Amino acid sequence: MQGAAAIADVFRAERARVLATTIRVCNGDFELAEEAVQDAFASALQRWPSEGTPDEPRGWLVTVARNKAIDQIRRRARLRELISIEEPGPDSSELDAPSVTDDRLRLIFTCCHPAIAAEAQVALTLRTLGGLTTEEIARAFLTSPVTMAQRLVRAKTKIRDARIPYEVPEQSQLAERTATVMSVIYLIFNEGYAATAGDEWLRKDLCHEAIRLGRLLVELIPDAPDPRGLLALMLLHDARRDTRTDDAGDVVLLEDQDRSRWDRAQIAEALALVPLALRGGGGPYGLEAAIAALHCSAARASDTDWAQIALLYAERYRRAPSPIVALNHAVAVAMAEGPAAGLALVEPLGHKLADYHLWHAARADLLRRLDRRNEAAKAYKQALALVGSDPERRFLERRLTEMGTVTKFTSSDS
Amino acid sequence: MQYLLLIYDNEKARWNAPPAEREALHDEYKQLVGELVRDKIYVGGNPLQQSETASSVRVRDGKAQVTDGPFAETREQLGGYFLIEAPDMDAARKIAARMPGARNGTIEVRPILPMTM
Repeated sequence: MQGAAAIADVFRAERARVLATTIRVCNGDFELAEEAVQDAFASALQRWPSEGTPDEPRGWLVTVARNKAIDQIRRRARLRELISIEEPGPDSSELDAPSVTDDRLRLIFTCCHPAIAAEAQVALTLRTLGGLTTEEIARAFLTSPVTMAQRLVRAKTKIRDARIPYEVPEQSQLAERTATVMSVIYLIFNEGYAATAGDEWLRKDLCHEAIRLGRLLVELIPDAPDPRGLLALMLLHDARRDTRTDDAGDVVLLEDQDRSRWDRAQIAEALALVPLALRGGGGPYGLEAAIAALHCSAARASDTDWAQIALLYAERYRRAPSPIVALNHAVAVAMAEGPAAGLALVEPLGHKLADYHLWHAARADLLRRLDRRNEAAKAYKQALALVGSDPERRFLERRLTEMGTVTKFTSSDS
Repeated sequence: MQYLLLIYDNEKARWNAPPAEREALHDEYKQLVGELVRDKIYVGGNPLQQSETASSVRVRDGKAQVTDGPFAETREQLGGYFLIEAPDMDAARKIAARMPGARNGTIEVRPILPMTM
């Protein structure tokens, strides 16, 4: 006999799996499956306390949910006869077919299907595979529960009506589709990690959900290196999350962070993943994780292996050239070889990154270190004109003030 | 399940292309239709006359109003369509990607809502 709290724990642990299988049984009808799973949980709450918890709670829940779904499909079929609109019915031969593939893999690929809008992919993934309610997702993404609920309904309707398959993509599509899944998971992580607006507690939750999904993806696609890279990257970032801002909410740069407060256990877990993530040369997440790993394994900021980091950024650029990666590479070179070498690489990026505040900020920082304070001040001002978040603004203002003390006697180019 | 593949592109560019280019495009479509017929995917399809030949009809307050031209002025115009039979959206999208119009235009893939009359 079990109390309601213990049953709730079972639900939390099993919900994604039960739902994933029920969706398959319902031929990809998310709405129908969700209702059926809800009903199955309600039955469990009623029956388990008196009848005892079944030996295989998940199997019990799947069976009850499936029966509820079949009842509902029959009711709909009768309704369909009345209004004579043909609707693709369930393929009853598949209802009992055992599945070799973990249904959660089907679920994650369907939620992250390219035919679904990006914001809906995120919401659907969090709602079905994650443990967040519609209200929580709405709050995390600063939108109203009504809007979020509509977004979810639209996505589920599209899956049903456009017949987006509830399948793991075939081999030829797998890499591309896995990349979409990873980008959705990383988007969820960054929403929790980088955003400065919204409920702090919920944003932490988003990071943990993303890490959980990352673990799930590694478990489901064990042969692919890049999901390991993504998981390692998220673990490494998250291990430093509490040291990134001070009590006033201001940015603390990597070099100034209190390394004793980094989550060592989490870093160790990530470091073990990195070599596996780099197997076969490493994908974008693997390389990014390797860079984060070098930062996290330096006992002091001055111990950081910048030469190795510069090499990894160069490799990233070689795979997928982008001005942002080039900027990161330039900053690493500046740390390894000195600000003059870095500046030589930063300057030519100006025509592509003129609207990007971090290009101006990086340039300003290198000019500052070269003691070209007047030019540095000018660059800080340009960065300030483009910056969006308040903590970053305060940081740049502090730097600009430091420059200000000398601008009065080197005003030739201001 | 049936899907309508709507071909949108810059019709001026297509109609004003040199004859050899237009012929090559036509041949490409013919070949694709041949393959889709062979694979029992093709249900129907047609190219359309230019959008300036269109009339738009609305009935308001019981009166039919006719205006010259298509319903909306857009950068890309509806230039033709295929109706295909495909098991699911992924299969339909694959066919869409094989259409010559996808290279410089856009193929909108719309599931057909089945109705019994």
